[in-house]
Amino acid sequence: MMADPVGVLTGPHYMDGDVACGEGAIAAGCRFVAGYPITPSTEVVERISHRFPRVGGTFIQMEDELASMAAVVGSSWTGTKSMTVTSGPGFSLMMENIGLAAMMETPCVVVNVQRAGPSTGLPTMVGQADVMQARWGSHGDYEIIALSPESPQEAFDLMIDAFNLAELYRVPTIFLMDECVGHMTEKVMIRPAEQIEIEPRRLTKLPPDDFMPYKVNDHPVPEFARVGDGYRFHATGLTHDERGYPAMTVAAQEEHVFRLSDKIRAQADDIVRFEEEGVEDADVVVVSYGITARVARASIDLARDQGLKVGSLRLVVVWPFPENRIRELAGSVRGIVVPEINLGQIVLEVERCAAGNTRVVGVPHAGGAVHDPATIAAAIVEVAR
Amino acid sequence: MTIEIRPDYAETVEHPVSPYLRMDRIPHVWCPGCGIGTVVRCYASALERSGLDLDKVAVVSGIGCSGRAAGYLKLDGFHTTHGRAIPFATGLELGRPELTVTVISGDGDLIGIGGNHFIHAARRNLDMLVILINNFIYGMTGGQNGPTTPLDAISSTMPFGNFEIPFNMPHLAASSGAPYVARWTSLHTRRLTWSIEDALERTGFRFIEVVAPCPVLYLRLNKLGQGIDRMRYYHDNAEIRNGADPSEADIDFQGRILCGVFVDKPRPTYRELMQAHYREVLGDEYVPMPSEGGMIHGE
Repeated sequence: MMADPVGVLTGPHYMDGDVACGEGAIAAGCRFVAGYPITPSTEVVERISHRFPRVGGTFIQMEDELASMAAVVGSSWTGTKSMTVTSGPGFSLMMENIGLAAMMETPCVVVNVQRAGPSTGLPTMVGQADVMQARWGSHGDYEIIALSPESPQEAFDLMIDAFNLAELYRVPTIFLMDECVGHMTEKVMIRPAEQIEIEPRRLTKLPPDDFMPYKVNDHPVPEFARVGDGYRFHATGLTHDERGYPAMTVAAQEEHVFRLSDKIRAQADDIVRFEEEGVEDADVVVVSYGITARVARASIDLARDQGLKVGSLRLVVVWPFPENRIRELAGSVRGIVVPEINLGQIVLEVERCAAGNTRVVGVPHAGGAVHDPATIAAAIVEVAR
Repeated sequence: MTIEIRPDYAETVEHPVSPYLRMDRIPHVWCPGCGIGTVVRCYASALERSGLDLDKVAVVSGIGCSGRAAGYLKLDGFHTTHGRAIPFATGLELGRPELTVTVISGDGDLIGIGGNHFIHAARRNLDMLVILINNFIYGMTGGQNGPTTPLDAISSTMPFGNFEIPFNMPHLAASSGAPYVARWTSLHTRRLTWSIEDALERTGFRFIEVVAPCPVLYLRLNKLGQGIDRMRYYHDNAEIRNGADPSEADIDFQGRILCGVFVDKPRPTYRELMQAHYREVLGDEYVPMPSEGGMIHGE
């Protein structure tokens, strides 16, 4: 279905990534946000708190990020699309209830405007070191989806996708922005509502007596019943059966945990998204995401000036990871260069998928700034040699 | 795992509140002599007396023995993370304002790990009934010391007696702004039921503490007998004084338990304050969240 025009600010704007992210959420139909202030994400909730009273939404500033995430999980069960917004230290606190959202299969969006860590780190300065935390941060085995915008325009556009993916797969979707994109001001074109595709909640049509909250049929994701619609269902963070009742057996654990993971793994080809440029005849491919993809473009130009054949693969969806495509590329290129503003996270995934079939070189950066394009270019030249 | 009801149980007369319970989950996990089941029963009776539309009633629990309460009530029920029942309930309440939301959980959950949420929810006067079942101890994990364990009581992590000062819960709730504050013991089944019924009729952050026995850990570690002995203790030591100053409601080891409705003074809820404020400053531009939820798009 197409977006409700209420709240969609159709037209050209000049806004930063944080504000565009907030506008994307509103356009996607988000009407509940619980958050706790943290640099460099505060502009998102400030925008939301300013806009929500006019569009029928409720924003509440909670006492901490534990509460923010718990409130978002609760609110999503009412059918109201819900999100929270944070940065590294808050993201760490949210892990507990991100796990609950994964376990209860609760659609919701968690925005993490990444700053440099660990701990308090550099609160106002860029980092990309929460990529693995987004994937693995809560205990136990589960799968999430994560997206990473490279511009304010994409911050808007991808927020729509983040909500849609959360609805489709009933998972917490992580919006892995970074401080540079969050605080970068550019032109953002907001499409008319009738051009914004919205994924509705898959509400069950079964009568309450026939409904089981975690029963799957032909679709890998169970149908949803809203709290307050008479289904009187039970949901728990314990391992549970189709009825939603605790099921403390090895067999139930195996069935449940594999299904939680497989609903993403088996559909990964539909979810992964990346942008390629010049990879067809490339000797070296640069794999990057977020703000680093834009820096890498300058590096690729520098390397091409030296006559090298360099391509780019930009991760739009970071998790699930485009394993098949990296595997293919590894069979055809001389090397893959992975710059990221951390000491080496996505490079591990690239190495895993390349499986020794090509040379993989990371270009780490501890954070606080973006790479010097010359540093990435030097790595490209080194790999191409 | 499916729990089969033994054939001889099937012969028993139907429990009067069974329509409010998930009978397919009975027998429950609670130990003989435990007070949690009594509280759930009183809550179910109060629901029956309240005449509320049960389709619009949601119950939320955290983790621990009392945290299992939400799983046995035949309502939309959520068994959430440790300490987070109140913020989870906040999301339900604000996400679908027409819901009646109750939190039932224990002392360790609501005021140990969840203490910060408790005081802020009371301060904001969020629209929820919070029933705290206080058994003085962490039961499910094996009798460790908790935030309400009385001074000198033995627990498995205070084997030489507790030297930490416990919370006086009615005092904390009242000081934090709760408009309804009561305390009963699990012996006071009628008064507790009436109190829950009264609380269900009110709005805002309503708090009821129920002192309840943990025979297997608290009573055993402290050599205080069985559940029935605890009923005798409650009978002899509970002092019912409605309107009493909650600052006098401290519970000493084997001491007096001040019970009653300490606070019953309505004030505007978070949502009422929010809506009144936005109407005042934004006028007709203000669009409140619809009572059934915000921009619901079902397929």
